[in-house]
Amino acid sequence: MARASFRHADNAAAFVANQQRTAWHDKALWFVRTKRDAAAGSLPEWEQLREAASQIKLHTLSRLADYLEQFEENAARLGGHVHWAQTAEQHNEIVLDLLRSHGVTRVAKSKSMLTEECHLNPYLEQHGVQVVDTDLGERIVQLRKESPSHIVLPAIHIKKEEVGELFHQHMGTRAGAVDPTYLTEAARGHLREKFIAAEAGITGVNFAVAETGGIVVCTNEGNADLGVSLPPLHIACMGIEKLIPRAEHLAVFLRLLARSATGQPITTYTSHFHGPRPGGELHIVLVDNGRSRLRKSQEFRPALKCIRCGACMNTCPVYRRSGGHSYQATVPGPIGSVLNPTRDASAYHSLPFACSLCGSCTDVCPVKVPLHQQLLALRSEMAEQGQLARSKRWQMKLASAVLRRSWLYRVAGTIARWFLRWAPKSFVYNRWNVWGKQRNLPEPPRQTFRRQFRRHVEQKRNSTGDSQ
Amino acid sequence: MIAFFAADTTAKPLYSTNGSESFGRCTYNRWPLFESIEKPMRVGLFIPCYVDQFYPDVGMATVELLERHGVEVDYPDAQTCCGQPMANTGCVAETRPLAERFLHIFGDYPYVVSPSGSCVAMVRKHYDRYLTGRPGFAELVQKTFELCEFLVDVLHVEGLPGRFPHRVGLHQSCHGLRELRSGRASELVETRFSKPRQLLQMLDGLEMADLQRPDECCGFGGTFAVGEEAVSCRMGMDRINDHETAEAEVITATDMSCLMHLAGLIGRHGKKISVMHIAQILAGRSLPEARSS
Repeated sequence: MARASFRHADNAAAFVANQQRTAWHDKALWFVRTKRDAAAGSLPEWEQLREAASQIKLHTLSRLADYLEQFEENAARLGGHVHWAQTAEQHNEIVLDLLRSHGVTRVAKSKSMLTEECHLNPYLEQHGVQVVDTDLGERIVQLRKESPSHIVLPAIHIKKEEVGELFHQHMGTRAGAVDPTYLTEAARGHLREKFIAAEAGITGVNFAVAETGGIVVCTNEGNADLGVSLPPLHIACMGIEKLIPRAEHLAVFLRLLARSATGQPITTYTSHFHGPRPGGELHIVLVDNGRSRLRKSQEFRPALKCIRCGACMNTCPVYRRSGGHSYQATVPGPIGSVLNPTRDASAYHSLPFACSLCGSCTDVCPVKVPLHQQLLALRSEMAEQGQLARSKRWQMKLASAVLRRSWLYRVAGTIARWFLRWAPKSFVYNRWNVWGKQRNLPEPPRQTFRRQFRRHVEQKRNSTGDSQ
Repeated sequence: MIAFFAADTTAKPLYSTNGSESFGRCTYNRWPLFESIEKPMRVGLFIPCYVDQFYPDVGMATVELLERHGVEVDYPDAQTCCGQPMANTGCVAETRPLAERFLHIFGDYPYVVSPSGSCVAMVRKHYDRYLTGRPGFAELVQKTFELCEFLVDVLHVEGLPGRFPHRVGLHQSCHGLRELRSGRASELVETRFSKPRQLLQMLDGLEMADLQRPDECCGFGGTFAVGEEAVSCRMGMDRINDHETAEAEVITATDMSCLMHLAGLIGRHGKKISVMHIAQILAGRSLPEARSS
């Protein structure tokens, strides 16, 4: 699916223009980050857990094909059906075929970033299937006909007043109601009807265990469990990178996931599915959609370690101040800025530059994806692919040519300082000076450091000369 | 790496406790077998291009600090820029000659010191892409230090003369913090430490301001400051507000680039808070007079 090219900076500027909302958004996410810090800090072995998780994931990726086959075999032994989808389109077709063959027209879906990535909802709706997102945040964005702005907190960009208004329209709650408990009760009633009416449940997968053939789904609302417990058909959709070799490895990942995501010691519901429930059917759809290509890349393979906790978004100072939608992608924030351009450089070329390279994402990541280093590597990748603005490219060529010659650098510096000192203000501060829109330029000193240092050396030589 | 130098620096450096002894030589022994050969420690000073042009006093404060600890400071005149702006824009071909120049200019010094965490991180953490395998490159990585690191890890400074009776907010510049590990980043579950903070606290009368967000990025980020101007300025204003809320009189950092960005915002918005590079505070400069806005 070809997407139009866009500049993150333009979207971000539009978001930042609303100062109060930006402050509110930043604070809401920073609050989650501080909760994460407290939760992580409660485990003295935190850094060892991160390292272990990283190693387990790297190991799994190094022999992914073997583990996938092992998983398929064991999942089938438990009575599940495993399907393989190379692309998002294939994934959608498999799901639709399954629903059709079971005569399903109403589906309860729990949160799955993979189905978002594949744009499953619109596809199913086009083909006459009604899909209800049962995660509260996802239901909110679904009713607003929006996409999630965060992978763990899909409606983090929406204020409770706006939720009140939305529910008033769709669920008939009192006008002007903002009380979260009241609104959640209403949503619960509304969703209960959908759960009962559903003929199939679709879930995502947090972890799939090769040795057992089991899958693990983590939610806080229990919506995945309810969604697959009532109807007889359970379809679980997962990216092939969700695999871990052994059940004991869950002891590492489950401790990291919820702490990193929301600062909870563990998600409220951690559901292990080993085959279908009696009388039901379990179908697991394994999706590649570009993952094997990423796995082949030496540089970007570590991005496949990601367990989708969202911690890099909560900590990213740019994400917090530009909102998830500014990335125009299913997965926003630092990890999204790595994943999306590797898939579609012409649409997402600006994302690796939506980053001050502060490195906070790298340090917060529970599986040690070197995010900021990947973003930096992607910048040269973008330049190589000709995705850099021509003006930027020429500026850098010029700067490099000047800086390679000490004399030219000194002349250029002298001219720049002279210009800043003597040029009329309108020559310095105008629409071409982006720096100067909200910031002053430094006041140029009369002498450079090198001049002052030379004088200092002369003075020192003279004074030691005198004393001898 | 640090242990390597600590072992190599056999003699404890001398540092003056009053200004008049500023030529007391720090001695170290590069050849432990020849105990009698003692030389002053020689350092190649790397001053980032924008500091050379716009903030000469930051460079001079660095020189004074190093000389006060008996270090012989040499400033190779051919130096210009480490190439970070080009590297961070993704222009590899434009960066390589600058990295090569750097190695050529600084390769022969026993130590290279710079008052910038960001530029040192460029050399230590990012030059491998351009220089791996070049003679002298592995050594360059080992011997290049940010000023505060050098004072703490190589010179083992345990006290500093001077008084700075002000409330100071330390902005932990990201590259010094998370690439050079000059302190513990708030994301990590490790023992808390901060080399810049440790040095600041040696000064008499200095009080540290407690920030709500100990190591949030200021939003400079090199070309990010222009490419993402709106978010960059917003981040800067938030960083300044945090310092103001903590009643800091001055914001200091190991990188003048962060401070250039913050000072630009402070100046434009007529705020009272000052900025000073950490070298200036440590070298005994006084707080700049509050400008009337």
